[in-house]
Amino acid sequence: MEASPQKTENGEYVIPKPNTGHIWKTFWILAAITTLEFIIAFVVVNPAAHSFRVIIFITLTLVKAAYIVAEFMHLKYEAKTLMWSILIPLSFICWLLGAMYIEGESIFAVR
Amino acid sequence: MSATTVSAADADKIWGGGVEPLKASYGKLMMWFFLVSDAFSFSALLITYGLSRFDHPAFKGDFANFVFSPNYWPVPDKVYNAIPFFHGLNAPLVFVGIMTFILIASSVTMVLAVEAGHRMDQKDVEKWLLWTILGGITFLSCQAWEWTHFITGTDTPTIVGGKEIYGANLTVNQYGPPLFADLFFFITGFHGMHVFSGVVLNFMVFFNTSMGLYQRRGHYEMVEKIGLYWHFVDLVWVFVFTFFYLI
Repeated sequence: MEASPQKTENGEYVIPKPNTGHIWKTFWILAAITTLEFIIAFVVVNPAAHSFRVIIFITLTLVKAAYIVAEFMHLKYEAKTLMWSILIPLSFICWLLGAMYIEGESIFAVR
Repeated sequence: MSATTVSAADADKIWGGGVEPLKASYGKLMMWFFLVSDAFSFSALLITYGLSRFDHPAFKGDFANFVFSPNYWPVPDKVYNAIPFFHGLNAPLVFVGIMTFILIASSVTMVLAVEAGHRMDQKDVEKWLLWTILGGITFLSCQAWEWTHFITGTDTPTIVGGKEIYGANLTVNQYGPPLFADLFFFITGFHGMHVFSGVVLNFMVFFNTSMGLYQRRGHYEMVEKIGLYWHFVDLVWVFVFTFFYLI
């Protein structure tokens, strides 16, 4: 991806120019998504739209998480086996999230 | 991966030891696996928060008539609405938005430090690490203020069990059920502890960088590894922000 630094004859490194375009691009995407979340938080206040709000927030948060993990933590560029060995265990969290949401509602109903 | 169509002898070359099958060093792999385990810890806490929130009643009625009560879960807009130096100003979610921006910006400076490390540019690594440390310290200071304001309370108390309650502790609070304050302290506290240890580790790596240790070693992989930890901390905050303040 970036150029590897080369050494000159006397052992000093020749330092290439920074290659940071995709880093700033990801930053602006994250900022835009966060701004969108804030706008939705203040504009969509109708109680009937509560489930819609929750789904949108969780989806946007997962999109942000995907960008941070893939670009900032470089996982998109690592060996695919490494990527799956991290992502597959984390997907069990989604199951736990859904299961506990259902449990919470049923505890509330019983009370 | 070519490993799926490989004979037993070739598999031994990949998995028999002495090479890097996942193309990452031992240190980097171990950091990733630690982050997976830490992700489970934080998920457990956040899912507990979700469970507690939905097994308490929510406030029924007009948003404009909302008052704090231990009988129902509070609306986040009404709890987190203060800004330092502006006492009494109702600014819901503004301060936490600033905190989120600070942490994401410090993540960006961390990535820039890692990128500078790939180019063996010691000066740039130092510069970006310093900005990251500054961002972390600023975030911790903001969180400290948030806790102070939460514990001290607002001008209007809530009557709980016949007594006027200002602020919050682990047993009783003016905002809602006791679990609300408990979970706030534990989750943001656990996260804050991670940010603090991240700042300490970042400072150690900064010190080593300015001593020229990684330049002599020939690679800045330590900056990458601590960068992974720092991004994880940012990631957790993104989730805490969503579940505590938005939903």
